[in-house]
Amino acid sequence: MYAQLVKSEGSKSRDEMTPEEIAFQDRIDRNEKIEPKEWMPEGYRKTLIRQIGQHAHSEIVGQLPEGNWITRAPTLERKAILLAKVQDEAGHGLYLYCAAETLGVSRDELLEKLHSGNMKYSSIFNYPTLTWADMGAVGWLVDGAAIMNQVPLQRTSYGPYSRAMIRICKEESFHQRQGYDIMMKMCAGTPEQKAMAQDALNRFWYPALMMFGPSDKDSVHSAQSMAWKIKMNTNDELRQKFVDQTVPQAEYLGLTVPDPDLKWNEDKGGYDFSEPDWSEFFAVIAGNGPCNAERLGARVKAWEDGAWFREGLMAHAAKAEDRARAARHAAE
Amino acid sequence: MPSLPDMTTPNLTALAGQALADSGHVAVPAPDAGQPEFVEFLQRMGDNCLILGHRVSEWCGHAPALEEDIALANQALDLIGQCQLWLGLAADIEGKGRDADALAYLRDAGAFRNLLLVELPNGDFGVTLMRQFLFDAFHIEMLRALKASSDPRVAEIAAKAEKEVAYHLERSADLVIRLGDGTDESRARMQAALTKLWSYTGEMFLDDAVDQAMSDARIAPLPSSLQAAWEKTVAAVLDEATLAAPTGAWQHKGGKKGIHTEHLGYILAEMQFLQRAYPGAKW
Repeated sequence: MYAQLVKSEGSKSRDEMTPEEIAFQDRIDRNEKIEPKEWMPEGYRKTLIRQIGQHAHSEIVGQLPEGNWITRAPTLERKAILLAKVQDEAGHGLYLYCAAETLGVSRDELLEKLHSGNMKYSSIFNYPTLTWADMGAVGWLVDGAAIMNQVPLQRTSYGPYSRAMIRICKEESFHQRQGYDIMMKMCAGTPEQKAMAQDALNRFWYPALMMFGPSDKDSVHSAQSMAWKIKMNTNDELRQKFVDQTVPQAEYLGLTVPDPDLKWNEDKGGYDFSEPDWSEFFAVIAGNGPCNAERLGARVKAWEDGAWFREGLMAHAAKAEDRARAARHAAE
Repeated sequence: MPSLPDMTTPNLTALAGQALADSGHVAVPAPDAGQPEFVEFLQRMGDNCLILGHRVSEWCGHAPALEEDIALANQALDLIGQCQLWLGLAADIEGKGRDADALAYLRDAGAFRNLLLVELPNGDFGVTLMRQFLFDAFHIEMLRALKASSDPRVAEIAAKAEKEVAYHLERSADLVIRLGDGTDESRARMQAALTKLWSYTGEMFLDDAVDQAMSDARIAPLPSSLQAAWEKTVAAVLDEATLAAPTGAWQHKGGKKGIHTEHLGYILAEMQFLQRAYPGAKW
């Protein structure tokens, strides 16, 4: 899940709603898609901007931990796959910024909020990628967790977001399989490779569980977002589903999930598992993860170093327009 | 035992090429074994793609606009794909049981055959774009000529790569023009990049014995034969970009023969790390 702790606006009972708001909620309840130029409550628009913006930021910051291994990928094929994957992520960022633009916020405004620390990106990207096995673990667990959230979001109420999700999910599920493929190769490889794979699982397991956000009992903004169908499932539902899906995959690889309390619970038809350390989660969200400064710093540097490039292109476009205008005048 | 010096050994590839030219028949590639010049030539093609692809990929996530991140990743991907084809063919023809990965990951710097231009550091985005443009304008001419190669495998790879590189050139030329004729700062940066890189363009058009053998066998053109077309493209773009190429600049060379800048060693140290640290592991 690339959106965590998204603050939701509003939350009104039906009695408190205006006739417009009631009609809007009825459309959502009938599973109608809301399109850009249609009326929507201000809270719906603002919440969506926060969520889509955070998701978009996560995609572009998410280029960095994997980009970290492109120049060191161990074979030409792995290098090509990783390049294609990171390129997909930049593409997802682009769709999502475009979806956000339909709500009346520009990409530059959203980037300014990211760079100034006023908008967040997923906590997961503040963890370092230390070995090649991390490329496997990130694809398998991080993309796996993202898909868990994004598949239901294909049915979200806002049309442009839903359509972006449909495209994104196709690519993400491919990324997850690529990640698992790296893990399979590592686990069938030398003892050093298998140790790298286990180490990667050890480091990414709990951060992946944190991707779904805090427990439902501590998640104050879920109810309104769920009523608006901006959020389709609760954090705990998705986390449980992720664990249930992932544990057998780890067993197949011959890896041990780093949770001594992990146990199949026949009654609930799912695993019991340990909660992540939520104090770590809040520390990372607050900017104190191992790579927060580096990740945000890299994005700010790219933006600042690129100012002359963007200004040059704008200046050229203005000159070209002036010349075209002058030519039209001359012809008249 | 080392082979006899070339001066006493008639160049078989050249003779074969000549015979084919005289016969008027459709050219058929000579048997693969024992074609060191051919292998050398293919490594030059593949290494240019590999090393430039590596440099371009260093931008991933750090480009000045999201569209540039996407475009550069795409371009790096094209180049790595082309490298796999060229080095794969080089390894087949070499016939020593190596593959493209072995060539990419297990040769030391002295065995690399790329131009010095492509291994130069990225610098600012202007240097990266200018390097790309100067190389693309050469690359496209080379690939167009290679489409008519007497070796169908070469012609096929060239036909595929040409489509990709035509787009690389369209993009790099367009951006050179926009940034040259942009703001004062963008113009100054592009001019500085051009001045810096110009001394590494001459190497593209130097012919040596390998090139001569390839030309004789009608496998590849003489690099010098591509210079006029390159100059024409470059002059037109620089003119529109309001940039001026230095005149009479010293021209560096050596990459094609394995004498590189200090930068290549660091590229390989990074690129080859896993293969060197875990010999024989499968990834």
